[in-house]
Amino acid sequence: MATEILMPALSPTMEEGTLAKWLVKEGDTVSSGDIMAEIETDKATMEFEAVDEGIVGKILVAEGTEAVKVNTPIAILVEEGEDASALPEAAPAADAGNEAAPAGSSEAPAPAASAPAAPQVDLTPDWAEGTELKPQTVREALRDAMAEEMRADPDVFLMGEEVAEYQGAYKVSQGLLDEFGSKRVIDTPITEHGFAGIGVGAAFGGLKPIVEFMTFNFSMQAMDHIVNSAAKTLYMSGGQMGAHMVFRGPNGAAARVGAQHSQDYAAWFMQVPGLKVAMPYTAADAKGLLKSAIRDPNPVIFLENEILYGRSFDVPVLDDFTIPFGKARIYREGSDVTIVSFGISMQFALEAADKLAEDGINAEVIDLRTLRPMDTGAIINSVMKTNRLVTVEEGWPQGSVGSYISSVVMQQAFDYLDAPVINCTGKDVPMPYAANLEKLALVTTDEVIAAVKEVTYR
Amino acid sequence: MAARKSTKKPNVSAEELKEYYREMLLIRRFEEKAGQLYGMGLIGGFCHLYIGQEAVVVGLEAATEEGDKRVTSYRDHGHMLACGMNPDGVMAELTGREGGYSKGKGGSMHMFSKEKHFYGGHGIVAAQVPIGAGLAFADKYKDNGRVTFTYFGDGAANQGQVYETFNMAALWALPVVFVIENNQYAMGTSQQRSTSTKDIYHRGEAFGIAGEIVDGMDVLAVKAAGEKATAHCRAGKGPYILEVKTYRYRGHSMSDPAKYRTREEVQKVREERDPIEHVRELLLSGKHASEDDLKAIDKDIKQIVNKAADFSKESPEPALDELWTDIYA
Repeated sequence: MATEILMPALSPTMEEGTLAKWLVKEGDTVSSGDIMAEIETDKATMEFEAVDEGIVGKILVAEGTEAVKVNTPIAILVEEGEDASALPEAAPAADAGNEAAPAGSSEAPAPAASAPAAPQVDLTPDWAEGTELKPQTVREALRDAMAEEMRADPDVFLMGEEVAEYQGAYKVSQGLLDEFGSKRVIDTPITEHGFAGIGVGAAFGGLKPIVEFMTFNFSMQAMDHIVNSAAKTLYMSGGQMGAHMVFRGPNGAAARVGAQHSQDYAAWFMQVPGLKVAMPYTAADAKGLLKSAIRDPNPVIFLENEILYGRSFDVPVLDDFTIPFGKARIYREGSDVTIVSFGISMQFALEAADKLAEDGINAEVIDLRTLRPMDTGAIINSVMKTNRLVTVEEGWPQGSVGSYISSVVMQQAFDYLDAPVINCTGKDVPMPYAANLEKLALVTTDEVIAAVKEVTYR
Repeated sequence: MAARKSTKKPNVSAEELKEYYREMLLIRRFEEKAGQLYGMGLIGGFCHLYIGQEAVVVGLEAATEEGDKRVTSYRDHGHMLACGMNPDGVMAELTGREGGYSKGKGGSMHMFSKEKHFYGGHGIVAAQVPIGAGLAFADKYKDNGRVTFTYFGDGAANQGQVYETFNMAALWALPVVFVIENNQYAMGTSQQRSTSTKDIYHRGEAFGIAGEIVDGMDVLAVKAAGEKATAHCRAGKGPYILEVKTYRYRGHSMSDPAKYRTREEVQKVREERDPIEHVRELLLSGKHASEDDLKAIDKDIKQIVNKAADFSKESPEPALDELWTDIYA
């Protein structure tokens, strides 16, 4: 049976090319892998190999022909004994092209529906009224969350620098080695890129790793595995496998540690589909969210804060206390302005609200708790009531969490805004070491107060 | 390249030898067909063919046991076919169709099969190396006696994460076989121009990891080395490195004019060292198979590949709502 040889596409973008030279002539026998012709693309001259065996029955496009469209028949291959002279002339190139083109799918997906006028907001309290509470530091709450989940599930393990024998660089994993042993609490060498990748592989292999970064500043070395390996695999595999794991550690500025150790990565990780991102403020949220994170089948970025580790908050005394992702907390109710924050910046939002109350401004303060998924409904709902919005975060201004929130509010609650949204952020500079400059670089309570006064026209 | 290690009297049965011939031929014909479909515009983007390297995966798969894992880079079609993944599903993924292993959402570089313990299909050079060690970590944690084959090229061997992984794999005695598929060219840069050491496996010695060079054009030598390596891992002795010297006949990807080597160099390997011809000769000279037997295999393979090509054209493109699925579990 005769086989048409078509003008090949030799690069992802090639539509036509020059048939520079034939290296076979009519009557030649070719087998697969033999070079038949040289073809010039816009990039280079490429050799074109035979795929099938046969005899060159007819050459349909002479060498030197320019602008030969991809999929145009350029030669006909016949089997031994077949009469080449009886072959038809080249079929029109267009037919081959049509056949090759996959069914059209240019139809754009429908744009995401805009939020309903008043979004449904989950207002159920985090724990039932009357639940016993005990004060606990964020550090202890995180440790308890890991210990409880490790007791419940033998596939959960912790790995990172100094997590085991040193008991944690910030003592978050204190006592875990004693309880769970060196098989499940594993000291790694200082190789973030490598152990993040090993963690992802272990997750693909069915375990539920908690990978601790001594600080998230070092996660930059592991960014490829977090984004390309952990976040994208579920999608790339058509849902067959993903990374059930947590990357956790302190994030953001500590104190006087300079530019490379003082950065808030909330906005970076929040951008990536496939990741979930939590950034708790209180000890109760740290515990409840970390337990949820460890159980979540997706890769979770869990952003803690060194300064908060030692702070105490009430934590409910419950056997199994979790906080769901995507549910903001209305930390303080108010009617004059909405202040949205998360993580350590909540303290500035709350301090500002206290001081503003003295001036008769009643601020509603929302703690987002998780940034992906983000409870934008809670923000919209509040803005519909207060008509004014200030966001507060430690990270840099360009491409910040606040700028994303601003765009959502613009699109979904524009008519409710009585003033432009203001984003209070860290300054647009690397973190300086000098005490006075460092103070200047961080977001402050006074800046939040000033922003609130601006949006409330006071 | 070293001389062929296997003798004229191979230590395998005629049936096994025929099976290797068949599997290598399937990969070659499949890849040739993929090249053809790429030429027709049915396969897009990047497409890295495995032609010339077939003996590596077929030899190593012959050394595996059920449950052993494998992970590789983006030159992955051969690995998938060798571990038993369905050619129809692989080809349909190349054409970006619903019937592909990743429902058309992964493409040539990103395919996976939980069933066949194939963990991708990774597009970032050397990222699969710590992932492979992580799979081995999981097996050691579960104490299940499984081994992970972690494939990477001579180009990937210059990435830092390879050595971070060597260190931890040795430190924790992970059951992982690092397979360096040394085809001598990292895209267009020869090993000579990119790599300070002649034999890459020597770098394992710095971490206390044993290894050896294997003739990657000889399926029997590869199989024997694979058996030695897996035995080492299963005995709890930690990782092992196989530097398999092989050769890719085609360009790095479909759009590579391959001007960094001569046509004569490629032709010489094809004529003198071809892994499929090698087994063909063994079969014929040892009278384990007749010309007609081999022709029947050729015909059978052609049918399988044509069926895969047909399936890959007929399978519909993914439904539009697939854009939004499989982002979160």
